[in-house]
Amino acid sequence: MNLIIVIVLCLLIVAMAVTAIMHKKLTISVLAAGVVSLLASVLYLLLAAPDVAMTEAAIGSGLSTIIFFYVLNKIRNVK
Amino acid sequence: METLKIIGAFITLAGSVFLLLGSIGLIRMPDVFTRIQVGTKASTLGTILSLFGIGLMFTEIAGKIFLLIIFILITNPVSSHMLARAAHYIGVKKADITVVDKLSEFREKQPENNAQKPEAE
Amino acid sequence: MANTILQIAGGIMLLSLVLSLYRFFRAGSLVDRVISFDIMTIISISMIAMITYTSGRAIYIDVALIYGLLSFLGVVIVARYLEKSL
Repeated sequence: MNLIIVIVLCLLIVAMAVTAIMHKKLTISVLAAGVVSLLASVLYLLLAAPDVAMTEAAIGSGLSTIIFFYVLNKIRNVK
Repeated sequence: METLKIIGAFITLAGSVFLLLGSIGLIRMPDVFTRIQVGTKASTLGTILSLFGIGLMFTEIAGKIFLLIIFILITNPVSSHMLARAAHYIGVKKADITVVDKLSEFREKQPENNAQKPEAE
Repeated sequence: MANTILQIAGGIMLLSLVLSLYRFFRAGSLVDRVISFDIMTIISISMIAMITYTSGRAIYIDVALIYGLLSFLGVVIVARYLEKSL
């Protein structure tokens, strides 16, 4: 069962990473990067590394998304 | 002890079925607002049932499970409410079968609320 | 008996994760994608709780607590960004 979850999570991470690179809009790329961190954290937890998973959840999925949207709001009128 | 574990496993299974129903509703609903509604309600109930079942099966972490349930019960409706308000503010397209929209009538009565209406993204 | 039922529940959670990711790819606006992100976080919390039971280590539930805190902040910040009032 764990092996199936790991394989499906890896496929979803690859699909979301390709979306984050290839998409035209910047906000959608930031959200896709957040989803990559979210799924990677579950993957780290399955591989028995709870401290790495905690750090990834706090920084990758939470803090970096917040800082990216804060900066996108600041530079909204600058072309 | 064994019966308690089986009862907890069945409650977890019921919660995962509710999560699946929420995801199916996310695909089949025609509109942004209906998607917000079905996603939030079904996924909140499913998560609370799953966590409750796990707490019955594994009693060492029951305190943290209780804290998590309280936290999800407070924050999940608040975040979806803010998201629905933002979606109405930026003018997301509604479905054709929408019957009533009280918030836009309220905004038409008070024209200072929609002074600078941004375009939909 | 209990472990078999939990494995079925884990399979259903994984299927719902994939289905909500489908809405991420075929979305009309940014709000659809934010809803999908929110629901994926909620499903991940349930999956982490299930992994906590099947592995038997009580420290794993702390990751779910951090998730519950930070997903709320993420959705709120996107909503404030859309309303131009950050």
